[in-house]
Amino acid sequence: MADPRIVLDSGDIARALTRISHEILERNKGAADLVLLGLHTRGVPLARRIGERITSVEGIAVAVGELDVTMYRDDLRKQPTRRSHKTEIPPGGIDDKVVVLVDDVLFSGRTIRAALDALADLGRPSAVRLAVLVDRGHRELPIRADHVGKNLPSARSERVSVRLAEVDEIDEVTIA
Amino acid sequence: MKHLLSIDDLSVDAIAEIFETAADMHDVQRREVKKLPALRGRTVINMFFEDSTRTRSSFEIAGKWLSADVINISAKGSSASKGESLRDTVLTVCAMGVDGLVIRHPASGAAHQVSQWVDAVVVNAGDGMHEHPTQALLDAYTLQRRMGSLEGRHVVLVGDLTHSRVFRSNVLCLTKLGARVTVVAPPTLMPSGIAAWSASAGFETSYDLDAVLPEADAVMMLRVQRERMSGGYFPSAREYTVGYGLTRDRLATLKPDAPICHPGPMNRGLEIAADAADAAQSVVLEQVSSGLAVRMSVLYHLLAGEES
Repeated sequence: MADPRIVLDSGDIARALTRISHEILERNKGAADLVLLGLHTRGVPLARRIGERITSVEGIAVAVGELDVTMYRDDLRKQPTRRSHKTEIPPGGIDDKVVVLVDDVLFSGRTIRAALDALADLGRPSAVRLAVLVDRGHRELPIRADHVGKNLPSARSERVSVRLAEVDEIDEVTIA
Repeated sequence: MKHLLSIDDLSVDAIAEIFETAADMHDVQRREVKKLPALRGRTVINMFFEDSTRTRSSFEIAGKWLSADVINISAKGSSASKGESLRDTVLTVCAMGVDGLVIRHPASGAAHQVSQWVDAVVVNAGDGMHEHPTQALLDAYTLQRRMGSLEGRHVVLVGDLTHSRVFRSNVLCLTKLGARVTVVAPPTLMPSGIAAWSASAGFETSYDLDAVLPEADAVMMLRVQRERMSGGYFPSAREYTVGYGLTRDRLATLKPDAPICHPGPMNRGLEIAADAADAAQSVVLEQVSSGLAVRMSVLYHLLAGEES
């Protein structure tokens, strides 16, 4: 396999997140009724960063939570038992809110399918949108992101890795 | 880990993993829709050859909240009461395509024996006077939530040790987690041969509750199991209470933040006074809700992943 190539460095990631934050605000016409839910593992810090940007632009705190979809995956029985994570919905809940799911990489779409099922058990948002740092293609389900940091054409066999300072001590996206 | 028959089946890491998942499951109890799809399409049978309220309903709810199909079979009203052997009953049930078997049986070693006969995952929900691993897990989980790490903390178990599977599993679990364990019982209810076990496993024994109680960081009262007692283990209930019950007077000598556990069902006034059972430091009801989370976690870990 080739050496990993850096496709986004920390500056690129910061700019992409700033743009996504503005897109979310523009689409939503402000930060009212907005709930950002990060998907484990790396969607969680991304959601927090977007939340901070929105708060600094609009001057009101936006609700940020985390969503674990482990129990809703369709491949549970094809792998050794997966570890679950914490689901934390902000105090206002998600009923009648605009929920923006935040994840690092959009690939097959199966994680998002699981996330939509998980949301249905938690409440009834007025709308659900999807923001991802990288869309690498190869969808297996009819799912599309509303806000994309970077479209990254990739071969199915390639490996896209997102590293974030909160988890990996460095901000970068590589492909190998 | 294919089955859960004994705490000995679990490494310290495996216990930590069960507790982490249990913490995630705990949140589900507060949700409006208490349902996760992880075990959809799996069938779990609760086979209870002994009376039980909390363990059976806890396993039943745990399975249902994970979307498994759960069926309860109790000895009364099953073909076991017509004289069918355990092996035949178990094989019959498993021929229906069961994925998990939660079994409680009055004979020590029954769960282990059943696991030799069937392909299904077997969870020991109490076998005679041997083990009750999910009870020990939920006790340790409850204490950890209250006290943080159990490393070096002093946990005192009091009561009918001879007949107690809860005590056996708990000693294994607590010592594994690094707790200092002291077990207290009247001489007649102290298991024979415990000296050798306590020496090798590294726990202490005592006949004197009043001497031990003030230094306990947590206390577990065990039920006096009259149904397993054939003879005179103590002269009278009153005498047992005076020597080994957690009475109001003894409660005053206990550290005010030391959790009081009881696996239930409680004999109020015998091994535990109402003042202690209902005290602010009592975690009896917390044990029940923790038990549900821990059993969901155990079923998830045993049944959700690929077949090994």
